[in-house]
This record gives sequence, C-alpha cells and structure tokens, in this order.
Amino acid sequence: MSEPDPKAAGAVKDASMIKQKEMIAGHFSALSRAKESGKKVVYTFVPGNLTELLHAFDVLPVYPEINALQSGMRKKSGAYITEAERLGHSEDVCTYVKCDIGMLKAGNIGPTGEKLPEPDLLLLSYTGCFTFMKWFELLKREYHCPVAMLHVPYQGDGEFTPAMRDYVVDQLRTEVIPKLEQITGKKLDEAKLEEALARSSVAEDDLVWVLESAKNKPSPIDAYFGGVYYIGPIFTAFRGTDLAVDYYRTLRAEVQQRLDLGLGPLTPEGEMKNERYRLVVEGPPNWTSFNEFWKMFADEGAVVVASSYTKVGGMYDAGFRHDPTRPLETLAEYCAGCYTNLNLPSRISMLEKYVREYSADGLLINSVKSCNSFSAGQLMILREVEQRTGVPGGFIETDLVDPRYFSAANVKNRIESYLQMIEQKRRNAGARVSVQVPAAVAPKTRLAVLP
Amino acid sequence: MSSVEEIVGRADALYHDLEFGSVKRWREAHGGAKAVGYLPIWVPRELIDAAGMLPVGLMGGRGLIEIIRGDAWFQSYICQIPRSTIELALTGRLDAIDGFLFPSICDVIRNLSGMWKVMFPQKYVRYVDVPQNYDSAVGGRFFEGELRHLWNDLKKLSGTDPGDDAIRASIARYNANRRAIGDLMALRSEQPWRVPTWEAYLVLFAGNVLPVDEHTAMVREYIAAARAADRPRRDNARVVVTGSFCEQPPLGLLKTLELAGCYVVADDLALGRRWPDADVDETGEPLHALSEGFLKHSPPTAARYEPDGDRGAPLVQLVKRTRAEGVVLAAPSFCDPALLEQPILQDSLDAAKVPWTAFKYSESLGQFQVIREQAGTFADSIKLWSEA
Repeated sequence: MSEPDPKAAGAVKDASMIKQKEMIAGHFSALSRAKESGKKVVYTFVPGNLTELLHAFDVLPVYPEINALQSGMRKKSGAYITEAERLGHSEDVCTYVKCDIGMLKAGNIGPTGEKLPEPDLLLLSYTGCFTFMKWFELLKREYHCPVAMLHVPYQGDGEFTPAMRDYVVDQLRTEVIPKLEQITGKKLDEAKLEEALARSSVAEDDLVWVLESAKNKPSPIDAYFGGVYYIGPIFTAFRGTDLAVDYYRTLRAEVQQRLDLGLGPLTPEGEMKNERYRLVVEGPPNWTSFNEFWKMFADEGAVVVASSYTKVGGMYDAGFRHDPTRPLETLAEYCAGCYTNLNLPSRISMLEKYVREYSADGLLINSVKSCNSFSAGQLMILREVEQRTGVPGGFIETDLVDPRYFSAANVKNRIESYLQMIEQKRRNAGARVSVQVPAAVAPKTRLAVLP
Repeated sequence: MSSVEEIVGRADALYHDLEFGSVKRWREAHGGAKAVGYLPIWVPRELIDAAGMLPVGLMGGRGLIEIIRGDAWFQSYICQIPRSTIELALTGRLDAIDGFLFPSICDVIRNLSGMWKVMFPQKYVRYVDVPQNYDSAVGGRFFEGELRHLWNDLKKLSGTDPGDDAIRASIARYNANRRAIGDLMALRSEQPWRVPTWEAYLVLFAGNVLPVDEHTAMVREYIAAARAADRPRRDNARVVVTGSFCEQPPLGLLKTLELAGCYVVADDLALGRRWPDADVDETGEPLHALSEGFLKHSPPTAARYEPDGDRGAPLVQLVKRTRAEGVVLAAPSFCDPALLEQPILQDSLDAAKVPWTAFKYSESLGQFQVIREQAGTFADSIKLWSEA
C-alpha cells in the first residue's frame, strides 16, 4: 500500500509529493483531534474500502495496513512484531497484523508521532483477504466497539455476477449504513455520497493516465516503487475529495512534463537516465528496506512499467470508474474488482496483458511471506505468464514489514542474476534460454527462465 | 456383529488407500457414475449425492506420500495440504474424480481453486463461496443462489436431471449420518476409554470416500462394537483438541496424545463430516433448507465469522459441556485461520481458568517424541494440580 514518507524517497521531490505529504499530515492531525472535534473514527481496510460512504457520514477513516507499512518504513515494525509474538501471535502469520497489534500495545502512536484515536466502528470489508476477518476479530477484543461486516464474494469463476452485487448492496443497506448511522447519529446524505463518487471518477481518470504513461519509452514513471506514491491518496482517505482531484491533476501535469522532456522516472537518487530493463512486478513491495530495494532496481536501469500491487485498491486501468448514478451498486462493483479478489486465471491474464502492452522484458514476482492472498499460486502464475509471453520470469522472496525476512545481499544477487538472464536472452534473441531447477528444490532458490 | 478391530481395520484400509480404490470400485459398480471431490471444511454433499455422484473428501496426503512435484508449486511458507493435493493430482491418483469443489476457508485453498482451473482444465472446478452474513434475507438469499448454480452444474456434470425430491432424500440420508456421528462423538465424550480418538477418527475419515448410507452403517456398527468391548479405564486427562479442521494431523499424532495420558473428549478433526450440527429440514424447499442449515447450524470454527461475542466463547462452552480439563491447541504450520485466532482462544481459556497447551504440526510430521513429552507433561500437570 501507499503513503510512504516522501523523505524516505530521497531528496528529489515534485510538487505532487509535497502535496501528498501535506494531505497525509493533515489527515493524521485531524485523527489526533478527532475526539475534541467530535468526529467519529472508523477503522477499515484498503481493498474494498468505502471511503466515499465514510465521507458522506463525515467520519475519519484509519487503515491499519497503512499504519503497519508506515511502521515498516520507519524501522519500528520489527519491535512491534516481536512484542506481538511475545503475546502469543504465531511467527507464521501476517506481519501487518502483528505490527498493528504491537503498535497498539505500544500506545498506538501513528506515523506522525501523534496518538491514533480508538475506533468507533470497525468496518470489516472482507475483500480479497481472509486475514482481514481474523485481524478485526483481534481488534474487536481490544476496542470493544461494534463491527460492521461486509462480505464481498470472491470472483471464483472470474466474474462478479448480479447476484453477488445484490448481496453486497443488501449488506450495505442492512449492515454497513445502519451501523454508520448509529455511530454518527445521522442519516446517510445520498447527495453527498453521489458528489464524492463523481469526484472519485475524475481522479481515477487521471490516475489511469499516469499509470499508462509507462507504456512510453523511456517510461516517465516507475509503476511499482513510484506507483505506491501515486496510489496513496486514491486508495485511502482521500478518494472522493477535492484534495484527491487536485493531487491527481497536479501529478498528471508533472508526468506530462516528464514525457515532453523525454525524462525517465524519479528514483531514490534522482532521475533514471538510462532505462535498460522494463519489468512487470507481481506482489507487494517490502517496506522495511523500501529505498534499498528500489535502489537495487534503479542501479541496474530497471524500471517497473506495470505492477499488480497498484491494483489492490481498485482496477481502474481495467475500466472501472465509480458511477455516481448508481451509488451502492458502484461501491459493490468497486469492492469486488480489487486485485486480490480476482481468481488466478484473471490475474494471469492481467499480467500477460501488462507484459505485452507495456513492452516488458520480464515478469518479476516479489513473494511476501505474510500474504497468502497474493503469494499462494504465484509460482504457477510465473510459469503461465512465461509460457504465454515468452519473457523470462524471476522470483524473489521478502516480507511486508518483518525485517527478519529481507536479506539484502540475497535479494540483490537474485535481481542482478535475473537481469543478466534478460540480457542474455536479448543477446541470444530467438534462442532458448533455460535454467533448469529440479522440481523438488525449494522455491526460494528458484530463478527460472522457461522457454 | 463385527468386532472393533474388524471395523477399524476396514476404516484404516480406506485411510491408507491413496489410490482411491474404493472410489474406482464405486464408479464401476454404478455404471461409471462420476465422483466429485471437495476440500475442507464443508460443502453441501447432499447435492453431489442427489445428482447421483459420489462425494469424495480430499484431506491431503496424510503424510503417506512423498511430496515431490507439489513442492515445486508452493513457497516454503505455505501449508502442506495444497502441496499434497496437487501431488495426488499430478501423480494420477485423482483421475477417478471428475469435479472439484474448493470451499471458502482461507486464501490458500481459495487460490488453489484457480490453480486447478489452469492446471486441470478438463475437470469441473468451482469455488464454493459461503456467506459470512447469516441473515436469511441477505446472506441466505445469496447462498441459495450459489447453491442453485452449483446444483445446476452438478446435474450437468452427472448428465441427470433429478428433482427436489432427490435432494430431500439425500438430506435425510445425511441427517442420519450426522446423527450417527453425533452419537459416536457423544459416546467418546462420555466414555473415552471405550472410543480411542484415533479409532473414532478413522471411522469418521471413512466418510470421505464411502457412500453416505454405507458410512452411517459403519458408524453405527462401530458404536455397538465399542460399547461391547472390554477396555480398561485409565486415569487420563480429558482434553479438547482444536485447530485441526483443515490439514489433518497424522494418525501417529492422535495416538501419541492418548499414549501421553490424554483422553480427547472433543475435537474439530474432519469437521466437515459433522456440519451442520443439527438436522437439515427434510420437507421444505431443499436449497433453502441447506442454506438455512449452514446459516443457523454451522459449528463455530476459525473460517467462519463470529458476529456476536468472542471467538473464544464457543470453545470455553465446549470445554464446560464436555467436562474437559484442558485444551490442546493443535494447528497446522502456516494455517492462517487457526493460528491467527490462537491468541483469542488462549486469552479466553486463561480467563476461564482452563489449562491449555499449544503446538504446530504438519500432515507429514513423522516424529512425535516432542509432542508426547509436551502432551504428557500437560496431562500430568492437569492431574496433579487442577482444581478438579
């Protein structure tokens, strides 16, 4: 997820980055004053978030995944995870959850150093991730506040049927909206919701334009490491606001300017001058060593032209836009369309399309230990995309926010080896390139290029 | 009447048959009728049965096969059951199964459904989503639609067109089966020395591959034989085992628990065999009845949202109901549903002053000495220091 600290990305800052930083600071400041300002606070998740609906009730959202990744970037997650494990949480499970629990036990201090308010409602948008359900069962014990469960059916057959949509809408009407009305003491302002949805659509147009600018050569953006900045506002508290519309208009103008000048993307150490490799990346980034990880790519002239991670909060480049004329239905369709709610054949097709449409040299999978929703099946995804496109696939393993699972030397070595393989494939254009790995070898050591 | 040894021997043979010979024989005996496999925890088997096909529970490799190809598809931090299930398929052992159902339980099983679609395109594959909203007018309406879709698919797969009466008849058969299993579990809870858990488990497990009536008869036969058997009563600790609803522990682990001094008086092994935990209506609209059975009578388990109260409360109630003296939290490694909620269960048990111990296993676990020591110490501590 997004909203990393712009300071962590080095000295180079565009106006959009400064704007985003101000937006985030403003949001956390509002959260810290929530009790005195009388604002209600709702904890919810990024995939399948209902931000426009929350704005219509004038409540403030908190996204625990964002807090966890922020803790990861600020090198605090390790201690939080250790604390959670000391309290009995298994080393096997999601580190976002453990980081969140650890942060809570340490006083629930947010990324800006201010204490986060306790929730008035846990809005459990059960979309594309089983862990969400258990996460809020854990938080429910801590906060003793009501929970609104929104079960979003999985697209097991690759479609979101009218019956599924009706089910989600029914839950919005009978579960989510009544509980929001209950905690705020006011009825849903439908006009306000429709206005927010209309603003969402405007910002979504600009986001898609920015993401698709990576089809140019050189790409003016990095759609993974840079991409997490770009998705920040629209995946979180700002979708449906004028701030988001303004941010994406500014961002688009900046990227247009880079395109006009033929510039490459910004990296932690300035502009990338020489685009040597164009990659599609599947899987979330590592947050504890985010800059170091990014630099491993940038140093080699590798730019990520498309990524699946930037679709966890909405598949806008596939055509989805929030539709203010069908408020609840459009929210249901939004939820169902988030990346991890798609079945594996759909994910494979999407990645294949990215490789082709963005003229990528390869597909690299960053498999994170914490996230089975992403990770289970990735080795099959790799093989399928390789077979369908002919581009080589690479596989590395890290974690979201557990620093124990980021081995810098190991990751760097694999990335370099992978890029060398791409280079070799270019040299031997048309020839078969294959690194045979016995089937029983642990996937961790697998770096394969199949014909 | 068959002896306990004879019945358990039959069940044991089914457990160890990873070639699914009984399924092949059933198909031959039924003119090539089809079989439909399903993963844990629960699917409405009544619909498969009513469509004239054999429901086959797929519960991994029980540590009985070497995982070679299966490991190539999963990272080291994914649990065992998808690996062994793929291994079974890639080695041809599941060839006799025509359709596969993947119920909503966790992200791994969910994604496995998509892998199956890609890897085995000639097979029928469906992800069975179950509602986490238990309002009949909301979750029920959705689920009835899902069940109708599944029912139509199954009829197409079987090439038959049975009516609602066929489903009602099947519901009645499964109600009888669940009642028999309920009686078995009650006997084990009351007189655990007569019903070692590993035996009860084998009898329960046989329901994965036997036609439902045959399985009901086996359960009834075992109950009668176990009641008649002369078995010594030991001074063991009465424990509940929980966390083992999906990937199953190896049989040796269950024997180890009892050898270490534990009587297992309740568990969630092969939980789908006992789901729902009340009769499904046999007279009304059958899809509605199945849906209501799920909504209103599902046993509490980690994969199911608990809208009211706490996830730990049902476990504490189970402990009280079965007069258990302790709880063994036995979860598979890397099992999100079981492991994520363990702190909740532990807190609830602590609050209720119920002793517990926890360990992880995998279906391929082969060494039980550490668990024997842990369980033995746990049982001893209960007997020595419990307030009872």
